[in-house]
Amino acid sequence: MALTLLALTAGVSLAVGTRPVAWAEIWAGLTGHVDSIGAAAVAVRMPRTVLALLAGAALGVAGAVMQGITRNPLADPGILGVNAGAALFVVVGIAWFDISGAATFMWLGVAGAGCAAIFVYAIGSTGQGGATPLKLTLAGTATSIAASAFVVALVLPRNDIAGGVQAWQVGGVGGASFDTLLPALPFLTAGLLLSLAAARVLNALALGEDLAAGLGQNVAAGRIMSAAGAILLCGAATALCGPIGFVGLVVPHAARMFGGIDHRVLLPLSAIGGAVLLGSADVLGRVIARPNELDVGVVTAFVGAPFFIWTARRQRMRGL
Amino acid sequence: MTLIIDTQAAAPASHARNRGTRRAVIVLNMLGLCLVGLIALTLSCGQGCLPPAHVLAALTGADAGGADFVVNDLRLPRALMSLVVGLCFGLGGAAFQVMLRNPLASPDIIGISAGAGAAAVFAIVVLSLEGWAVSAVAVSAGLGIATLIWGLSSGRGAAGARLILVGIGVSAMLNSVTSYLLLDAPAWDRAEAMRWLTGSMNGAQLVQVWPVVAALAVFGGLLAVSARDLDLLRLGDDAARALGVRSDATRFRVTLAAVGLVAFATSAAGPVAFVAFLSGPIAARLTRGGRFILPAAGLIGAILVLAGDYAGQFMLPARLPVGVVTGAIGAPFLLLLIVKANRNGGTL
Repeated sequence: MALTLLALTAGVSLAVGTRPVAWAEIWAGLTGHVDSIGAAAVAVRMPRTVLALLAGAALGVAGAVMQGITRNPLADPGILGVNAGAALFVVVGIAWFDISGAATFMWLGVAGAGCAAIFVYAIGSTGQGGATPLKLTLAGTATSIAASAFVVALVLPRNDIAGGVQAWQVGGVGGASFDTLLPALPFLTAGLLLSLAAARVLNALALGEDLAAGLGQNVAAGRIMSAAGAILLCGAATALCGPIGFVGLVVPHAARMFGGIDHRVLLPLSAIGGAVLLGSADVLGRVIARPNELDVGVVTAFVGAPFFIWTARRQRMRGL
Repeated sequence: MTLIIDTQAAAPASHARNRGTRRAVIVLNMLGLCLVGLIALTLSCGQGCLPPAHVLAALTGADAGGADFVVNDLRLPRALMSLVVGLCFGLGGAAFQVMLRNPLASPDIIGISAGAGAAAVFAIVVLSLEGWAVSAVAVSAGLGIATLIWGLSSGRGAAGARLILVGIGVSAMLNSVTSYLLLDAPAWDRAEAMRWLTGSMNGAQLVQVWPVVAALAVFGGLLAVSARDLDLLRLGDDAARALGVRSDATRFRVTLAAVGLVAFATSAAGPVAFVAFLSGPIAARLTRGGRFILPAAGLIGAILVLAGDYAGQFMLPARLPVGVVTGAIGAPFLLLLIVKANRNGGTL
């Protein structure tokens, strides 16, 4: 059923947009004939659809892994500041080292995501009670704000790079092409495999750290492995289309409702759910603001923030 | 939660209070001196420095030989704007923090600044309003957001973790609204856009200062009237009620005043990052709590904005808006506050 939904999203994303197209034109565009304007539009929508689905899947899995590792229902690569860290590194690369080219962006994004994740977790888990949702959220928010302040400081004096960086920052999948997508594939594949391999450890962790160790799981190794997977996924996704928030928060919760809490099911389901969410957010953004386009990051924030609030309300807060 | 703001509430011995008062008065005077010094610096030194005599002559309207334009048209509006905006943010932020007994519950973290900012941008870009109308829209949006956050986080103690988490969610949403509105306005100049994303004093004019001054008088006055009741509320609702404080009415007045201050300042200069958040804890640390927190926080807010703006203009390799400077200072401070609360064994 989930796969059907995915196929449906992909189809809609190809067919619906600023310009209405006929079925024949969709087919022509898919098979590489760009004779009419409609077919050309479909051809442009193709890499964009692939990008939205890939990035959504990556963010969905990353969110599920982060929620599993931190045992925190509010964990999300956007809220925990990981995407902002990736964005900061990419912008530093653009501004100081004149870096261009999607492959370098990938490395920078992953490095930034890693630094931010370690930093936020270190700050959020100090003191008693470990990494509570509130502490992690605050540490992530502070890190995001600091990172975006530095991004502004870097971009503002540089008119040459400003426009591109700003559009990329809000989270756009509009400028996609297959050339920029290719370098991301190894990163995304590696991240996905690492996360899936760690699914059993995440399952054990859900019982508590001591019990997990008692069940014979190598907790530390599993944590590091799955964290590395999540960092690869959100670093690459951010480098591709800018920091997109809330996908990683909403999707795992929804997936848990349908598929239960077993991470071996949850992770693939989150991947599909993330792809569906980001794909449909992109379509929605194209449709509601015709003839303009609403950036996908704005749409996901609108869907995701109420969900975040709802989760925060439902959860019995520890502390205070 | 380490209640930095609450430190003196349980120390009723009168000599201690006198000592505390004396300390607070000294602190307030020092802050005032600092502020005057910063204003003098802003007025006299910029791209080039003017001798004090020329600055004074320009201010008093005498012939100042070319200093007139620089001082009266460029530097004075900027200094005044920084001063009043900083006062507003400092007072409004500290009022929230004291009322909710939580240093994290400042308007820039729980989404009230974001709401006022998004509303101001909406009023300017979409509705093409200007002047007072923008401020009015910003204030009503700020009040609306405050009500919304209160409503969403109600039940089992609104001052708790839930309020802050709900507020963070609300701000994320509102910030994306602002980003979208700015991205969608094609003729929008980027420097102007920065004002609404981080807060900036660029191009401040005297005309824009007056609404904020008026807001400072009205809402600051309302806050001053409520200050005693607010102070007593820190003892807890029951004790305050026994002392004749109407707790809900006081909360309403303080919320109205604080939202008004923050929203007017935001609609003039943008949501200057973290000034509202930083001023209260610093004031509490300096004055050791007590009823002088609010005025001290106002002064500290003004100092932060003036110093941040000056540093952003002249002391860094590139010219940056004040919000970037205060954001870069404020985020580490927030992290420090988290680490510190953890180390003291408090649960945040």
